[in-house]
Amino acid sequence: MTTVKFQLETLSCPSCVKKIESALHKQEGVKETNVLFNSSKVKVDFDGTKVTVEQLESTITKLGYPVLSKKVS
Amino acid sequence: MTGKTKLSITAITGSLLAVAFILYLVGLQQPNKIVLVISTVIAGYPILIKAIQALRMKAFSIELLVSIAIVGALYIGEYVESAIVSFLFLFGAYLEARTLEQTRSSLRKLIDMAPLEATVLRDGERRTLPVDDVLVGDLVVIQSGEKVAVDGKVVSGQAFINEAAITGESVPANKRTDDTVYSGTILDHGYIEIIAEKIGDDTTFAKIIELVEEAQESKTKTEKFLEKFANLYTPAIIVLSVIVYLFTWNIEFTLTFLVIACPGALVISAPVSIVAGIGNGAKNGVLIKGGEIMEKLAKVNTVVFDKTGTLTKGRPEVTNVKSFTMEENDLLRVVAEAEMVSEHHLGQTIVKEAKARSLSLRNKPDNAEIIKGNGIRVHIAGQQLTVGNRKLMMESGILISPEIDIYAIEREKLGNTAIFAAIEGRVEGIISIADQIRPEAAEAITKLRAAGIKQFYMLTGDNRYTAELVASKLGIDHVFAEMLPEDKVSKIQELQDAGKHVAMAGDGINDAPAIATADIGLAMGGSGSDVAMDTADVVLMADKLDQFAHAYSLAQTTVRNMKQNTFFAVGTVVLLLLGVILQKVFLASGMFIHELSVLIVILNAVRLVRYTSEQRHRNKSTASLPVREVV
Repeated sequence: MTTVKFQLETLSCPSCVKKIESALHKQEGVKETNVLFNSSKVKVDFDGTKVTVEQLESTITKLGYPVLSKKVS
Repeated sequence: MTGKTKLSITAITGSLLAVAFILYLVGLQQPNKIVLVISTVIAGYPILIKAIQALRMKAFSIELLVSIAIVGALYIGEYVESAIVSFLFLFGAYLEARTLEQTRSSLRKLIDMAPLEATVLRDGERRTLPVDDVLVGDLVVIQSGEKVAVDGKVVSGQAFINEAAITGESVPANKRTDDTVYSGTILDHGYIEIIAEKIGDDTTFAKIIELVEEAQESKTKTEKFLEKFANLYTPAIIVLSVIVYLFTWNIEFTLTFLVIACPGALVISAPVSIVAGIGNGAKNGVLIKGGEIMEKLAKVNTVVFDKTGTLTKGRPEVTNVKSFTMEENDLLRVVAEAEMVSEHHLGQTIVKEAKARSLSLRNKPDNAEIIKGNGIRVHIAGQQLTVGNRKLMMESGILISPEIDIYAIEREKLGNTAIFAAIEGRVEGIISIADQIRPEAAEAITKLRAAGIKQFYMLTGDNRYTAELVASKLGIDHVFAEMLPEDKVSKIQELQDAGKHVAMAGDGINDAPAIATADIGLAMGGSGSDVAMDTADVVLMADKLDQFAHAYSLAQTTVRNMKQNTFFAVGTVVLLLLGVILQKVFLASGMFIHELSVLIVILNAVRLVRYTSEQRHRNKSTASLPVREVV
């Protein structure tokens, strides 16, 4: 199980939290997603054999939220 | 879309709206309409894109509703409405992001204090490395003006360090060999070399940031309620708009519902206050671990203090050694030799004093028996030695003669802890130890009382005299002395059963059970101790009681702010809905009121960022008072 934290631009409307969470959750291999609205971060626990960090990043970007930085742990 | 493009689009469409208005004034109908349509398209395009992006990911979005409203308005020829709605939606989002940054600015500033690089001595060579490449055990060199990049122990040099990032206290602290320095602090002047002990995410600084981030996400009951409400609100409004359309066939009326369906102010009202409040705390060295704790802290009306290390400095000193039969230093030496086995801080104080007097401690005790909270019994150099409080003497069957007892009480009344030393069952002397009341304690208690704390309790393991002395100096209402950790727990439960909201302040480790029992547990975290940071609800990083007073008023102000926001947001929704139903509010005005309400709610919360619980002046005349201290 791998955890990645994406830093996004300032999230302003809380409705984007649900949008990002549900979109990521539909991806295979994603165990848990947590959108930290106040720090504008997305924390994802995922199975590294089923999905890559790049795929997750592109999902978020495709939703319209540019990823500023990421940290895998 | 980045913030910058959002800003330029709003600037362009804003000026287009101005142009359209002038054209309208001079009566040019056709060009006016064209400009409005262009403006709608420019501002509407990014909104539509977002709606489609979300749709592709099978996610519902507010942008979708607004897009439908805009397209619908264009369709029925309401160009003014479509242009204003799209402009306001973008402009509102931009302003929201900017003002939200403000509520989050305290944490942002903390994060910006994170060190980036460090100078390390490896193989006798100085290298500047990114912080992530520093290893535990590295020798790190820090000069004036540089940031400390890791947590570590000073091995050489001396420096004044500004620890504001950790403690909120900007008066530089003096650091010498064996002192601990923390990542994120700044070396004001001096030079030190340190051995790295904690790096990266393990440093106290990194932990504070993570704690604050998590605290800001944790939800209050109010927030949970509002979220549930919002989850029902949006679908309900959509259904309502469909019903309205089916019954009235009035497109504009229907579209207005879509515009007000976004629960923006509702969902945001409570969290913005909490985020700003927690951020303010962090900036001032008070870690409040979440919104729910903020709410509970605001309700507290009874405060329980531990004495040693909380109301007093917790750094006792030997003030007098009295022997009735032998040489003063001989008594001190033999007691210090015995206390070498003790981990108790009073025992260690005696050992320290013996070392300071350059007495050589040669003999090692055997058969050491530590009687928790009372003292020790050891066999040393062929003699039986009993060192501890009155209770230990009595339990050991050692007689305390009236003269000795009078002397001891005299010392105790002066604010000392009297420690009896008996050799072979006979009291040979008394060692007096005193701790000092924290200089800010009296003022902090006065402020807390003024802010609404009804009653103060002091629970201490110390004896009656000492406890009462401290209590009377500080104006504490109720004192319970000679208490064991479990007595403190049951006393707190008793207060809670009586319907009181209790906060317990202790120094973290020995008070852990009491801190966990109280509604709010406060720990003095000056040492950056992990235990304190983990178990307590509120951590006072600078180890100062006036931070407690600040935290308490801050919590009350934050909760009040949150309530104002909630009422305002719910009120706006009700009025907006009424306005729409009564057909007084239409597309553009609906969007305007909606965006305005979101902004007002955020701006109200921003006030919390700058909140100070009045000027925190320290009265220099409140000198430290000697206080006694017991085993």
